[in-house]
Amino acid sequence: MADLTTDFLGIKSINPFWLASAPPTDKEYNVRRAFEAGWGGVVWKTLGSEGPPVVNVNGPRYGAVYGADRRLLGLNNIELITDRDLYVNLEEIRRVKADYPDRAVIVSIMVPCEEDAWKAILPLVEETGADGIELNFGCPHGMSERGMGSAVGQVPEYIQMVTEWCKKYYSRPVIVKLTPNITDIRKPAAAAHAGGADAVSLINTINSITSVDLDLMAPQPTIDGKGSHGGYCGPAVKPIALSMVSEIARAEETRGMPISGIGGITTWRDAAEFMVMGCGTVQVCTAAMTYGFKVVQEMAAGLSQWMDEKGYASTADFVGAAVPNVTDWQYLNLNYVTKARIDQDLCISCGRCYAACEDTSHQAIWMHEGRVFEVNDAECVACNLCVDVCPVEDCITMERLPGGTVDARTGKVVSDEYANWTTHPNNPMARAAE
Amino acid sequence: MTSPFAPGIVSGRLTPDDLARNFGDLHPPLDAHEAHVAADRCYFCYDAPCVTACPTGIDIPLFIRQIATGQPEAAGKTIFDSNILGGMCARVCPTEELCEEVCVREVAEGKPVEIGRLQRYATDSVMATGRQPYVRAEPTGKRIAVVGAGPAGLACAHRLAMKGHDVTIFEARDKPGGLNEYGIAAYKTPGGFAQAEVEWLLTIGGITIQNGKALGADLTLEALQAEYDAVFLGMGLGGVNALAVDGADLPGVGPAVQFIADLRQSPDKGALAVGRNVVVIGGGMTAIDAAVQSRLLGAENVTIVYRRGREAMSASTWEQDLAASKGVRILTHVQPLAVHGTGGAAEIELEYTSDVGGKLTGTGETFRLPADQVLQAIGQKLAGETGLTLEGGKIAVTGPGRTSLDGVWAGGDCALGGDDLTVTAVAEGRDAAEDIHSKLMAEG
Repeated sequence: MADLTTDFLGIKSINPFWLASAPPTDKEYNVRRAFEAGWGGVVWKTLGSEGPPVVNVNGPRYGAVYGADRRLLGLNNIELITDRDLYVNLEEIRRVKADYPDRAVIVSIMVPCEEDAWKAILPLVEETGADGIELNFGCPHGMSERGMGSAVGQVPEYIQMVTEWCKKYYSRPVIVKLTPNITDIRKPAAAAHAGGADAVSLINTINSITSVDLDLMAPQPTIDGKGSHGGYCGPAVKPIALSMVSEIARAEETRGMPISGIGGITTWRDAAEFMVMGCGTVQVCTAAMTYGFKVVQEMAAGLSQWMDEKGYASTADFVGAAVPNVTDWQYLNLNYVTKARIDQDLCISCGRCYAACEDTSHQAIWMHEGRVFEVNDAECVACNLCVDVCPVEDCITMERLPGGTVDARTGKVVSDEYANWTTHPNNPMARAAE
Repeated sequence: MTSPFAPGIVSGRLTPDDLARNFGDLHPPLDAHEAHVAADRCYFCYDAPCVTACPTGIDIPLFIRQIATGQPEAAGKTIFDSNILGGMCARVCPTEELCEEVCVREVAEGKPVEIGRLQRYATDSVMATGRQPYVRAEPTGKRIAVVGAGPAGLACAHRLAMKGHDVTIFEARDKPGGLNEYGIAAYKTPGGFAQAEVEWLLTIGGITIQNGKALGADLTLEALQAEYDAVFLGMGLGGVNALAVDGADLPGVGPAVQFIADLRQSPDKGALAVGRNVVVIGGGMTAIDAAVQSRLLGAENVTIVYRRGREAMSASTWEQDLAASKGVRILTHVQPLAVHGTGGAAEIELEYTSDVGGKLTGTGETFRLPADQVLQAIGQKLAGETGLTLEGGKIAVTGPGRTSLDGVWAGGDCALGGDDLTVTAVAEGRDAAEDIHSKLMAEG
């Protein structure tokens, strides 16, 4: 079995699977259970300044979006940072780290944007022996109203400023956790980099209202007839997170910067996808909240098996491997021509591909006598919608037309050569071939 | 309590608890959670095969989606739009050879979406409200006579009433419902469902039922035609084919349909008499229902004897398996020669058959089975004389149930076509109603 030991910023962990800063990591009891179940690390739930802790609502904190069979696809959260005493948390962190030297223990912190506030808490955290800190610039609910969390993450100048303070008053790695509730994720990442951050982690949760109570006429979760937006997480946010991670991984200013990936990671495959997109570790919350800590065992076994199959000896062998293949639309090969193919042996004749294509796409699927479905190459633009709606995996696939064949739709001979929009004759901005 | 091993036809072979369990719901209803899980499996197929397979053409993907989105009553209305007896059909349809047989998930995985049980969930939700989602159109002043308050007649009457016509149903028996009330195994429709459904159906208004009025005995077609603007015949098959062997007149030998009807009408199953050794002759649903219920009443040995092979039985494979699971033995390629006994049936003499190219002949090899009760289920036939053109012993019809006589329609088991199923009877009654409506409205 491949070795999953991970070195991230010099922090060692038995595997790259960390629990994200969130309700599951709020106290010693949970964290010990997590480590016993096999998690490689935890980011302790965010600590605030010394003094009376924050208070949470006493009504529901979560809302949900479901798929078929009530599978939890998305979770919305309005819980704040830890509502336990700072010193209780610090003492628990110290004890846990001492007992689990082979696991990563990172402390998430959120205090006001004042140098004194950071100067006060950082030495206390340092004394716990924790491996590093994560700056919570991401929480989009509650704390942001008080000028913290995503309110900081939305202002690159503040990110840089606070990061600099942390590097000044703390000796171990500093990870900056980013909010996705911005227009261009590259800007806060670059600010963290400029401030001396050792790594960024993303994404934090997305502003969300998961549902509305149609009797109360109020967002859910509903607190005494009112609701507030929360932070959205779970499998539903994975595509958004992957895209943001890829942007940071390939941007000139931040390329090569260590990333801890977060956002709907549920299986070993999700984890591998984030890692090949540039993440040295991954952080998980919703999957654990949905299924319990045991899910890490599937993730670890699955990643290890996949590494064996691919011949990777360590996680470092494949981190970032897919980054070079993330490009701009304008560089996509317009001479790459594919057509949908339906495997008649696998087809169960549900006709969803037909409905999708006939009603909402290009009328490129024929429905023959006896519910036999066939692609009409003369109309197929290879949009992939039929593949996406087919309930049977690999029943419909996209087959590339080899160079030299004629595309029945355009009547043109398919070229083997790469050609993109930048040089396309229809592009008014096309650079003339010299 | 009588011993289960008591010879002859006696009652009380099982304890009341056993009987209550045996005659409980064969397919218990889905609860809300189960319904959601089951509904989530539907793929919402395009031009779905299940709809095509349903004789009444219920929009199954739509109603299942309505369950999945939390509106079982809307789902129920979708069903009733096509099939006003959707509640009964949910219980008695052989879904395994209709909608569920062609479900793409049956094809793909051998596990269809549970359409029948979902249909019951949806229709029960509506009926639990005590209301029906239909109101009558403005009165047309037209009056229509419907003969028979079975599935065909009820479906026809409801559709006509919806259109604003006044309908009188003439029913020979004491209760409406037809085979839903008298001809279906008790464990498929427990709890007086057939009567509850009729009462619910009649809340549309504009329908009166006159019981104890049989065509031929109490009514004539001519008189009905003279008095009403149109006549629909849905009286089913009132006669049974006789068992033409020696000893068929011995006590203990009788029609399976009567046995089933008595069972349905008896609130106390412990009072029903059943033989220790029961032999049922036939290969259809009636044979299965009679045999299974004999076992459930406590008969020790129950045997179905059928003269051809299993594949020729009109009872579905699922029904055959149900019978086997209840301990019924199915003997194929045997035909009855005689019933023996003094003062009552004691044995049945059977002969093996050979079925070569559809030609059935006795092989000459015979054997006997103990049989203190013999139930014949070898088909039913039209009772009485209507004067209408018949075909294959049934009323000949064209299109939506038009008979040889202008102004007279027919549907259900008494009419040609269909599969002698509740659901086909409903479809025929409904379609005849639409045709009657068009015709009467065109006449002005």
